[in-house]
Amino acid sequence: MERSPRIGVLALQGAFREHVQVLERLGAEVVEVRLPEELDALDGLVIPGGESTTIMRLARLYGLDEAIRAYQGAIFGTCAGMIVLDRDHLGLADLEVDRNAYGRQVRSFEADVELSGDERPLHGVFIRAPRIRDLGGDLEVLGELDGEPVLVRQGRLLLASFHPELTDDPRVHQLFLDMVREEQHVRA
Amino acid sequence: MAEYGTLRVKTGLAEMLKGGVIMDVVDADQARIAEEAGACAVMALERVPADIRRDGGVARMSDPQRIREIQEAVSIPVMAKCRIGHFAEAQILQALEVDYIDESEVLTPADVEHHVDKWQFTVPFVCGATNLGEALRRISEGAAMIRTKGEAGTGDIVNAVTHMRAVFGAIRSLQTLRGDELHAAAKEHRAPFELIRWVAENGRLPVVTFTAGGIATPADASLCMQLGADGVFVGSGIFKSGRDPLDDREGWADDVARRARAIVEATTHFDDAKVLADVSAGLGQPMVGISASTLPDEERLEVRGW
Repeated sequence: MERSPRIGVLALQGAFREHVQVLERLGAEVVEVRLPEELDALDGLVIPGGESTTIMRLARLYGLDEAIRAYQGAIFGTCAGMIVLDRDHLGLADLEVDRNAYGRQVRSFEADVELSGDERPLHGVFIRAPRIRDLGGDLEVLGELDGEPVLVRQGRLLLASFHPELTDDPRVHQLFLDMVREEQHVRA
Repeated sequence: MAEYGTLRVKTGLAEMLKGGVIMDVVDADQARIAEEAGACAVMALERVPADIRRDGGVARMSDPQRIREIQEAVSIPVMAKCRIGHFAEAQILQALEVDYIDESEVLTPADVEHHVDKWQFTVPFVCGATNLGEALRRISEGAAMIRTKGEAGTGDIVNAVTHMRAVFGAIRSLQTLRGDELHAAAKEHRAPFELIRWVAENGRLPVVTFTAGGIATPADASLCMQLGADGVFVGSGIFKSGRDPLDDREGWADDVARRARAIVEATTHFDDAKVLADVSAGLGQPMVGISASTLPDEERLEVRGW
């Protein structure tokens, strides 16, 4: 039998607990990551929503920014996590993002996201959400809101501008765990 | 169709703030210092609590011009305080598009019986509480986040600890009760039965719960996090620390920035005593403070709110 994937959730600041709960429900072994050495032996990493300025500052202090750049496994970034991975920050994902692009909190909203290859829409929670301004050619759009990309994949990276961890629908986290398995096979 | 101002969207922003430090600021300069230090949000108010204590008088919502300047200065969420029950101040803050409203006992209450009906607003509210019943009454009025009150503006952590132990202890006690005993518990806590039952089943409040009031050092932040807080508010503890700004403005700015960064780090690494020892070293003068037990009753802010 295959062992459970071991997933780290970056726990510097933000909604890390919700990711831990969803991933554990899906059968993953989950650890909280606050220091670079905690990235060792992980099959995948989640960078949660929170405040990207706070997360970046705390990551730099202990060298987690470099450690994440060097990390070879699958990474899933939601909201602030997507910003942290973009061209202007860690530079792993080939996209440009506008922060708080829908406006302040009174413009935060819930809406259905259209998924490619799945007829059932996915309910998305968008909180002071970022908007993708420019998308590199290698990125695959997996989810759209009003024709704009909100869920994208670039190889081992999965990026969402909304918060799948705040709803009961586990499809996006399941997709990430499937990517983790693929990566394990590629690397094996 | 997009839906705005839903409970999930309101509580969701609080979820994003967890593990973070929300800092009181009175102007754009302080807001920039807070953001650079790693604050996950700032709270705009007219005077920090220590100055409200010193100066006395009526404490009100901040000048909207100041709030706009703070919103221009930083990209992190900007919260602002309104007086308890002052729904007109809250309407103005919503029109300014602040990210959260704190209906706060630190300001002079506008109503001695009623709190703001927070369900009427798109913008979310955070409210103070000293015990479980008070927290649940605020949630039933629509609060999307709770902070334990402590005693603001003292630099003394003792009441924050008392209030956290009261809230979290009462939750643990509820979990030991039989289902039919929860009705009496709801009466005892003066809280809606449905919320009491939810708390008994889930072992926590239904909204994110921060701690406030008297946090002045990295160790204070760690203590609160270890006692079960989701994050901390720091008011006077940062900008009333360090060298005297009237004698040495730059020295003061250095001191407060260093203390602010240290409290942010301590909140993330709250259970790593080695990190705490490092970040606590050489921070300069903490705010002098007032022992909360010496305050006369009429100066205690924690008793405001009903």
